Amino acid sequence: MAVVEFQGKQFEVDEDGFLLQFDSWAPEWVDYVKESEGIKDLTDDHQKVIDFLQDYYKKNGIAPMVRILSKVTGFKLKQIYELFPSGPGKGACKMAGLPKPTGCV
Amino acid sequence: MAKHKTPMLDQLESGPWPSFVSDVKQEAETRAKNEKGIEYQVPADCPDDLLGVLELSYNDGETHWKHGGIVGVFGYGGGVIGRYCDQPEQFPGVAHFHTIRVAQPAGKFYTTKFLRDLCDIWELRGSGLTNMHGATGDIVLLGTQTPQLEEIFFELTHNMNNDLGGSGSNLRTPAACMGMSRCEYACYDSQELCYNLTQEYQDELHRPAFPYKFKFKFDACPNGCVAAIARSDLSFLGTWRDNIRVDQEAVAAYVGGEIAPNAGAHAGRDWGKFDIVKEVVNLCPSGAITFEGGKLAIDNKECVRCMHCINTMPRALRIGEDTGCSILCGAKAPILDGPQMGSLLVPFVEVNKDDDFQAIKDVVEGVWDWWMEEGKNRERIGETMKRLGFAALANAAGVPIDARMVQEPRHNPYIFWKADEVEGGWERDIEDFRKRHQR
Repeated sequence: MAVVEFQGKQFEVDEDGFLLQFDSWAPEWVDYVKESEGIKDLTDDHQKVIDFLQDYYKKNGIAPMVRILSKVTGFKLKQIYELFPSGPGKGACKMAGLPKPTGCV
Repeated sequence: MAKHKTPMLDQLESGPWPSFVSDVKQEAETRAKNEKGIEYQVPADCPDDLLGVLELSYNDGETHWKHGGIVGVFGYGGGVIGRYCDQPEQFPGVAHFHTIRVAQPAGKFYTTKFLRDLCDIWELRGSGLTNMHGATGDIVLLGTQTPQLEEIFFELTHNMNNDLGGSGSNLRTPAACMGMSRCEYACYDSQELCYNLTQEYQDELHRPAFPYKFKFKFDACPNGCVAAIARSDLSFLGTWRDNIRVDQEAVAAYVGGEIAPNAGAHAGRDWGKFDIVKEVVNLCPSGAITFEGGKLAIDNKECVRCMHCINTMPRALRIGEDTGCSILCGAKAPILDGPQMGSLLVPFVEVNKDDDFQAIKDVVEGVWDWWMEEGKNRERIGETMKRLGFAALANAAGVPIDARMVQEPRHNPYIFWKADEVEGGWERDIEDFRKRHQR
């Protein structure tokens, strides 16, 4: 697996650019990924989504369903795509350091 | 000269059926020669390496694709199925081998111009291999690399006015039978309804917002030529509610042997002379047909519209004129809690283009509102229906409970009542009971 170096930090990633270890997440990771996910400037709204995903994952061991993400953050799906053009799975979950979504995608 | 030795695959070039191995080899050769001078954007030997990795799998009896893969295009949450080979050094041509689902026209009618243009894009930016079509209906472009995804999407949308299909926990690509385009049994325009709902729900198709996947399929009559009842969460099945139209002269022509039964579908074997009583009257599941004095009569109020008599004598019997569709819900494959076919939810609804199919959209949206709120993570609606009960689904869809919704009534007595349906409700005091019944 590839290792990414960015601002003095090392991140182990898979082919799709997802972190292999949630524990290796650091704020620099978000800066590294944002461009490839079509995001210019990170706003508080981005951070709100990332924070919630991380909290939920730490507490429940899985990523939340889209409906729950919308409900808790107050962002409709349309707004989530405006923030994260690749969507909540490929975009937000990747930036938050959560494991790659699986199943019949 | 092939890149890899493929002795096992080579055996699949013999025999009468069109060989996928011969076809992939032909594409591999075409790319090796490159007579058009194309600047291939993915390795020219991609099809060679696909045969190589497949041969390896034939030897090992194991797949050589890594688990999962999350790739896509900006703005959408689905449409592309990412895939990576687990032997990338040995088969670099298929190190990335992503599949792109492309929205197909309802009924899959094409012009060669459209297909040529699509092939031109795919020759340049993909493997040159396809699946025409995926089981859900999409055109499947089989094998490309991540940097090409946005390129292909740009060309598809800007030059071909075509979009991606669906994947993930969303509305998948809807599909229809050929319907009124070339079938006299079509009770509604299945292609038009399919196209209309596909456009109406583009957002639900491209951006996963559901607990799990959800499929629509449109059969214009109960014959089920897209198998809607088995392969879609909401199945739209054409039917009619007046009388079967009978042409007695044509009936006589069938009896007289002038017209072959079932449009000659059984001509490959001698089944004897057509016997209308044996082959039609006695096979009617509700016994609603009589044939006396050379006249065929149908007791239409007992007819279940199974299509058998119409299928057998298509030139003598026609569907009614008061047509519409039934909506069935919940079909799914076995995972997790067993396979299901669609259960009848709406016995009859008009398919009305004039009000933009509003009656049908009301059912769809009622069902979605309920399932999106109540459905568990990765729970198909057929499973939600089992967990919360059919009555909850019917209520969500806004349809009154109807005897036609069950094959038979329940045989167990575990019947729930709502408190307001029971005189006195559920609030009872044990002391009152004790006044009449000693401990």
